[in-house]
Amino acid sequence: MSDTVISVENLSKSYFIGHGGPREKNPMLRDMIVRHARNYARKAIDMARGRQIIQGDSVEEFWALKDVAFEVKRGEVVGIIGRNGAGKSTLLKILSRITEPTTGRITLNGRVSSLLEVGTGFHPELTGRENIFLNGAILGMPRADIKRKFDEIVDFAGVEKFLDTPVKRYSSGMYVRLAFAVAAHLEPEILIIDEVLAVGDAEFQKKCLGKMKDVAGQGRTVLFVSHNMAAVRSLCSSCLWLDCGLIREAGSTAEILDHYLRSSTKDVKASEVVLPEDLTKEFQVRKARVTKMDGEICSDFLCDEEISLELQCEVRNPVPGLYGYLQISLRDGTEVLVSDSFDGGGNPVDNLSNGHHTLRITVPARSLAPGEYVAYFNFASPMSAAGFSVDCLGDLLSFQITDPNTRRGNNRGGFFGTLLPWQITPCSLRPAMASDK
Amino acid sequence: MQTILEPGRAEKNYWRDLWHYRELFQVLAWRDVSVRYKQTVIGIAWALIRPFLTMLVFTVIFGKVAKLPSEGNVPYALMVFAGMLPWTFFSTALSEASNSLVSNANLVSKVYFPRLIVPTASVVVAFIDFLISFVILVGMMLWFQFLPGPQILLLPVFIVLAFFASLGPGLWITALNVKYRDFRYVIPFIVQFGLYVSPVGFSSSVIPEEWRLLYSLNPMVGVIDGFRWCILGGEAALDWRTFGISLAVTAFFLWLGVRKFRATEKSFADLI
Repeated sequence: MSDTVISVENLSKSYFIGHGGPREKNPMLRDMIVRHARNYARKAIDMARGRQIIQGDSVEEFWALKDVAFEVKRGEVVGIIGRNGAGKSTLLKILSRITEPTTGRITLNGRVSSLLEVGTGFHPELTGRENIFLNGAILGMPRADIKRKFDEIVDFAGVEKFLDTPVKRYSSGMYVRLAFAVAAHLEPEILIIDEVLAVGDAEFQKKCLGKMKDVAGQGRTVLFVSHNMAAVRSLCSSCLWLDCGLIREAGSTAEILDHYLRSSTKDVKASEVVLPEDLTKEFQVRKARVTKMDGEICSDFLCDEEISLELQCEVRNPVPGLYGYLQISLRDGTEVLVSDSFDGGGNPVDNLSNGHHTLRITVPARSLAPGEYVAYFNFASPMSAAGFSVDCLGDLLSFQITDPNTRRGNNRGGFFGTLLPWQITPCSLRPAMASDK
Repeated sequence: MQTILEPGRAEKNYWRDLWHYRELFQVLAWRDVSVRYKQTVIGIAWALIRPFLTMLVFTVIFGKVAKLPSEGNVPYALMVFAGMLPWTFFSTALSEASNSLVSNANLVSKVYFPRLIVPTASVVVAFIDFLISFVILVGMMLWFQFLPGPQILLLPVFIVLAFFASLGPGLWITALNVKYRDFRYVIPFIVQFGLYVSPVGFSSSVIPEEWRLLYSLNPMVGVIDGFRWCILGGEAALDWRTFGISLAVTAFFLWLGVRKFRATEKSFADLI
């Protein structure tokens, strides 16, 4: 048997979507009747021809996936990343045979189980025990397997006391824990997972991640879609980056994630960001903000003001060799200024002790030209146990600088806001330049 | 095991796949049955009360008020009930099957399995109700001291026939319902209308001879007449010509239903 378990060629998938036409402010009754009549006529014709009904005044073909091709080898764990609407879920739906492609061909060597949602088919009226069997069967687990693993599932979910209670009485946490527990005990050759780690509290998430690592470690082939970059980083050996239905890049996880994080969020508009707790990180920035020197959060600065970038960090384990990296760019991505934590002489974040710390980086007044800026942060260490990148925040903060107090003002251009002194001194001699001629 | 996914590719091992998923069929059927009477006070007794009350009303209206004739000397109530059993089975099965895909939309859009499982499993619910109502029939036979002849052994044949008679249109409508929700409103109408054009409250013998052929295009006519013949015996003679036509219509609808279902099955997840 060949080593390629999933082979995808020229895969495309289109949907038809409807658009509403422009709506007048005060529509005339006559126009409305005409429009509705036209819509009815179109629907009737569609139905007579056996086509689907699309709401709206006009219909457009929309390509959710276009000419996607890739291969996955046995035992690989592949992360699929991309923004919302990039086509990730469509790809998984096609691979798990829920919907068929419009063009292209997929060859799957092995039994596929897909997990596009936790608790698919859970019935609120049935008890926890009954739902384990129901959900297991829906996910394609043979009854004998479910019986064998029943205790393990219950134990993993931690719901022993409520096994005979209808799940509609469960807390939402218990519900998702039970649902994930069933799914985690699947044993297919190819496993397809969509965003299911985003359930439960931090502790349970950690448990799920551990379980997923076990599954990946057993030599199964796994396709994993997630927006949780930490999870992708720790689980996947390689990554596939989808953008607008096309494969933008494929390769090793570290490389793809780096490119993805750099590119994907130039549209940040935040002067204050609070980041969700991620217990897998030894060092994590929990809060970031742009402030004036007096501590007031601000997004619009004058060229003549100092700008303070303030990060509140939590250290769970001192990281040897940790350093910070800051890159300030213009909205269009042009790199303007780079700084790292060695710049002040010494490195204040290296081996930082456990607990909470505030890190402040000051951009001096009149250093940047008027414009809109984005600040990118990354914390890394060549000596960290968890890998080089410790907490990659990507483009995190944004701020704007205006300059009303100089004559050139906001039209200054260039990269710097620095005011250069123009000096003139009286001179009695003939200019030197003239004598050269 | 190798699977190839391509647009329009007919599943070569579809029927084998269906067999593979028989456990899911069992589980879904069991779910539908066990959920049916959850959080009701009298629970399964509803399956007894509803047909019993309907039978009473029909007996009074058709037997006592309209004074329609029964089959030979069979008590009118018994004749009504022998017709109502297959009719209730048919109508419940048809409505359950027609709505099955839409009400299981979360499954259809998130997991792969041969979709045929959903409507067929939902028919099981109707069959369980049928078995429960059968208890009433036995009770009534004891009450009227009526002993069925050896032809009662053929009853399972007609049960299977009723199953196919409901599954055919059920599959067809559930497939259409995914695309056009209009069909959701068609089913209650068919069921209501069908009750009066099928020999439920009256005996087929009251239908004038010249209308018989048209009348027997209704597949339930053959099934209900067959039931009456099995249960009540020679008193309700089975018209083989009528029965043949009903059988052909049933077979046609089953073919149409399965074909339509298979043709549209792959796009269910996109349209639902």
